Amino acid sequence: AAMEVPLSHGLASRAAALATGYLCYRRGSPGRGLALRSLRRARREDIDDVGHKYYLELELEDVLDKDNTVNCTAEVLYHLGNKNTAPNVQFTLEGELKNTDEADNIFYNRIKSLEKELVAENIPDSHGNVPPEMEPIRLLAWVASGYVIWQNSTENTKFQLAQIKYVKQVKRSDEYLEFDYMILLHDMVSQEIIPWQMTVLWHPQHGVQVTQDSRQPKHA
Amino acid sequence: MKILLVFAALVAAAGNQQLFVGDQVLRITARDEEQIALLRVLGQQAELQVDFWCDPTSPGHPSDLRVPFPSLPAVKIFLESHSISYSVMIEDVQELLDEEKKNMTKSRRTERSTSTFDFASYHTIEEIYDWMDVLVDDHPNLISKIQIGQSYENRPLYVLKFSTGGSNRPAIWLDTGIHSREWITQATGVWTANKIAEEYGQDPSVTAILDSMDIFFEIVTNPDGFAFTHSSNRLWRKTRSINAGSDCIGVDPNRNWDAGFGGSGSSSDPCSETYRGPYAHSESEVKAIVDFIRGHGNVKSVISIHSYSQMLLFPYGYKRGPAAHHQELNELAKKAVSDLAAMYGTKYTYGSIADTIYLADGTTIDWTYDNGVKYSFTFELRDTGRYGFLLPSTQIIPTATETWPALLDIMVHVLENPY
Repeated sequence: AAMEVPLSHGLASRAAALATGYLCYRRGSPGRGLALRSLRRARREDIDDVGHKYYLELELEDVLDKDNTVNCTAEVLYHLGNKNTAPNVQFTLEGELKNTDEADNIFYNRIKSLEKELVAENIPDSHGNVPPEMEPIRLLAWVASGYVIWQNSTENTKFQLAQIKYVKQVKRSDEYLEFDYMILLHDMVSQEIIPWQMTVLWHPQHGVQVTQDSRQPKHA
Repeated sequence: MKILLVFAALVAAAGNQQLFVGDQVLRITARDEEQIALLRVLGQQAELQVDFWCDPTSPGHPSDLRVPFPSLPAVKIFLESHSISYSVMIEDVQELLDEEKKNMTKSRRTERSTSTFDFASYHTIEEIYDWMDVLVDDHPNLISKIQIGQSYENRPLYVLKFSTGGSNRPAIWLDTGIHSREWITQATGVWTANKIAEEYGQDPSVTAILDSMDIFFEIVTNPDGFAFTHSSNRLWRKTRSINAGSDCIGVDPNRNWDAGFGGSGSSSDPCSETYRGPYAHSESEVKAIVDFIRGHGNVKSVISIHSYSQMLLFPYGYKRGPAAHHQELNELAKKAVSDLAAMYGTKYTYGSIADTIYLADGTTIDWTYDNGVKYSFTFELRDTGRYGFLLPSTQIIPTATETWPALLDIMVHVLENPY
């Protein structure tokens, strides 16, 4: 039986962060990033021999348009024992997300028409600034990091994208855009800053894919 | 120096967009009356447009002549052909003017007045320490600066003392920046210290508090870490102390306190972000506060400010059970976050550290609480992860502004509930 978890409780907020990361990965784009506005309800169930399951009611917001919110229910299952299996996340969105076709296509065409591959670093910078033309690059990392976060989360982690250290476009002959990112993830529970490499593919009609990712060693 | 007066005139002229690019100033020493007469003739040649800064008066006394760039060859030939000795005093007048203008704008910027300090920017440690002196100068009857110790790298640990008198009055301690990467906290600390100074005598609550209590405010609690975030690694958290036998540097100053020290809520690995240190209070930054609070003996509240997560927390972090005053602290936290949210709608959660984030041992407020400071709170300021530690500077003033009523709630409660 599922028991109520106080909304302020650490376990509830970790599950909510994981669900949000997964959701952002599945529904995000360079023109749409989703963040957790508030956790409305959380219940937890211990399933013998399986793991811990959370039932969540979330309110999400569009990071580019804070007034644009959508409600969501999600189920997060952390598997018992096996640390190599990503948690299972299922969600249902209530209502429609804003259409970002126009913004996505503008960004797509902009990058496709670049003569030299795009290269950038430290997004945001030390003062939190993101140049406007880098915002889609940043959102793409935000979306892709949702995948990495999902794949690597446990009940004892709470990951957020802290910074893009470095991003380099990789030119392709097909229709996809490819970017090689070095990001820094922050785990709230251990407080560690973890460098992570990820190769990200995107096309307006085909969504975001992380084709390769690897945890990097920390500097001393 | 006379040069400065002339410069004032030139700058004024430059204000009218007259440029002196390439102009030189020659120092001429006339040998005899004949040469003096020749120089006067030179001055009268309208087409040369030379400009005597110091008139040729008598032999042996140098006179200074500004020569416009186009006239330089003619003037120099004239002087040389008459064997009048000269030297080039200023190679390029415009360059000097530009330099001077730059210096004037710079000193306008560092002009000693709290009203010109940019609260909406992130600052370096030098800028914050300079501003602290200005604040003290501006409020000599309210604020003084004390040094409670030194950091590992020998930087001074400064605390601003707000006091209207008395002797060892009950006190409130505030600190920001104990984790150096949490830049919004030092920035909020600066704004808040200024706010307290402004509101004394204006706001009834602040006035009531400072009429019977003192406030001690340490803004750069981890100066070595803070300097490192500027120079090398923006995301540095810990102190910068060297760990024997390890390549990794630093101790987590919020795991180094002697409260549940050494448990599972901290790490024994020097390379970890939550490394507890070789023993409790090993860090001079922590020991300085411990000694201060113990020595003071009358501290009634400690508010330690961190980021990020938007939470208001109270003991315990090192164990799960409720603290003795859980109910009162919980109620106060509830009121404070409600007043915080009233400003811009920013939502905070609240509760004990262990319940709300995680088990953490050796924390500041667990130690202060277990050592008699009932009203021990930790803030985790904006945001909830969108920018995290890299909070845009545009959010400094909104964050500080909304946190203020919450701080005031706690301080008023402390005032009204003496113990």
